[in-house]
Amino acid sequence: MPYTSAPHEHQVDTAELRRRIPGWGVDLDPANRPAVPRERMEPGGTGSHWAFPERQPEPSPRERSIEHLELPPVFGTVAPLKGLSGAIRRYAYARYSEGRAAHWLLLILGDRVDAVESHLRSFATLRPDNPVTQTGVLSEFRRHGFSSRFRTRRADRSHQWLDPIIIAGPWVLTGVVVAAAARGVLRRAAGRRT
Amino acid sequence: MRAMVYRGPYKVRVEEKDIPRIEHPNDAIVRVELAAICGSDLHLYHGMMPDTRVGQTFGHEFIGVVTEVGSSVQRLKPGDRVMVPFNIYCGSCYFCERGLYSNCHNVNPNATAVGAIYGYSHTCGGYDGGQSQYVRVPFADVGPALIPDWMDAEDALMCTDALATGYFGAQLGDITQGDTVVVFGAGPVGLFAAKSAWFMGAGRVVVVDHLDYRLEKARSFAQAETVNFAEIDDIVVHLKRDTDGLGTDVAIDAVGAEADGNFTQHVTSAKLKLQGGSPVALNWAIDSVRKGGTVSVMGAYGPMFSAVKFGDAMNKGLTLRMNQCPVKRQWPRLFEHIRNGYLRPKDVITHRIPLEHIAEGYHMFSAKLDGCIKPVIVPNAA
Repeated sequence: MPYTSAPHEHQVDTAELRRRIPGWGVDLDPANRPAVPRERMEPGGTGSHWAFPERQPEPSPRERSIEHLELPPVFGTVAPLKGLSGAIRRYAYARYSEGRAAHWLLLILGDRVDAVESHLRSFATLRPDNPVTQTGVLSEFRRHGFSSRFRTRRADRSHQWLDPIIIAGPWVLTGVVVAAAARGVLRRAAGRRT
Repeated sequence: MRAMVYRGPYKVRVEEKDIPRIEHPNDAIVRVELAAICGSDLHLYHGMMPDTRVGQTFGHEFIGVVTEVGSSVQRLKPGDRVMVPFNIYCGSCYFCERGLYSNCHNVNPNATAVGAIYGYSHTCGGYDGGQSQYVRVPFADVGPALIPDWMDAEDALMCTDALATGYFGAQLGDITQGDTVVVFGAGPVGLFAAKSAWFMGAGRVVVVDHLDYRLEKARSFAQAETVNFAEIDDIVVHLKRDTDGLGTDVAIDAVGAEADGNFTQHVTSAKLKLQGGSPVALNWAIDSVRKGGTVSVMGAYGPMFSAVKFGDAMNKGLTLRMNQCPVKRQWPRLFEHIRNGYLRPKDVITHRIPLEHIAEGYHMFSAKLDGCIKPVIVPNAA
């Protein structure tokens, strides 16, 4: 009990633990733990054979955190900035440090704009986005969706109903707005004729 | 080549992409043999990680065969079968020199607060990942290692992140003989952390989750006691009463940004993206560990703020320890444990999915269907 000064040392039957748990105690000595100490100087022990790595070519200006003094020598080149989302992201990197909420909130805004731009762009291709196959929702039938959810108590049932709204909601909302706008235009046109 | 491609929140598909090319003299190109979906990939899939771009291929857990190497590569050659840690790192910067491989300063232009990770948004460097037939592997002389002849391919795959991270998490708990350790989360990292806690001499290991099938795995794989928090009123009170009112000596958060257990926390973070993550498990860890105890955080959180109970952590005199795992540093000792038969990492794998079916794999894993604990992707299925 925490309210008394009685000794609280852990009494464990190490022989029983060793018998029951394969490998019990093999890393009891911190010297056997590879993460101890936290920092372990090992210059040259990593396989690197350079003081500073050669620089990867930079075919187009690469956005970077303003907390970096210079562009790191190696970087990913997938999905370079483009479109409105690219402009938002470029501004987030150029204007705000990682310590500012605006930096991250703008990047998240850029992500949402990127998704919309990409969905719209896909309609001009031979392979438009397909919400049924891309969400994998058919696995609900193949992977026991109902029994997986309702056979036992699960904490995530309280919010899983939000997922379809989050996924389909923007599309439904866009459809409603487009339909309302079209109806308004048609009404105005009909009003002009009469 | 065929590759998984992100199409926006909750949407992925398989597309034709160009086979990656050597972009730096120390690059290698690897033909992927096996890849895995990680629980942290779900943060990307759900649109939680800032600067996750449509068109990126996810996947930071993979093994494969080298098909091409850059002009400065000395340690690998085409045909070598390699396991690749999820960290991309140079091996020579201030941080790498100190063994902090996950904090490398030379590989991620987009952020200084995190190193680079394969297929994990531009916030983590903007590299493609391994859920594809081929992948670019920077610093081939530093990160990848040959898969030992005796090691099973799926065991090697688990070493690239989940096993190393779980083992690292137990180490950050500074466990001493007889300690009571609570692990929040019975996913792969939590299972490996629970298993590893025994290696460090724990006297009791308790795993907390809300999915019964995962708790069953915690009992059978990690020999742990288990608690389903959905079946009790207050997990903190439960753990306190179970430890004579003291609290546990060590608490490990192996859940991260999408933790369940508090509707407001979950919805504001995972659904509305107003927090960097839902710190429910982290707050439970802070509240259930004893005063002066240690909290080890292996769960991944986004870079934005999260509603963490730092007041309790301060008032209790806790030690909070955390980092992305420097994977390769863990390998020599983990290899010994696997070879000695102390654990079989592949035992946590529940599903093996062809790359072409990856969208259904993501949904199944995300919605926790069909008893899914760890799905493995086979990109080059015959």
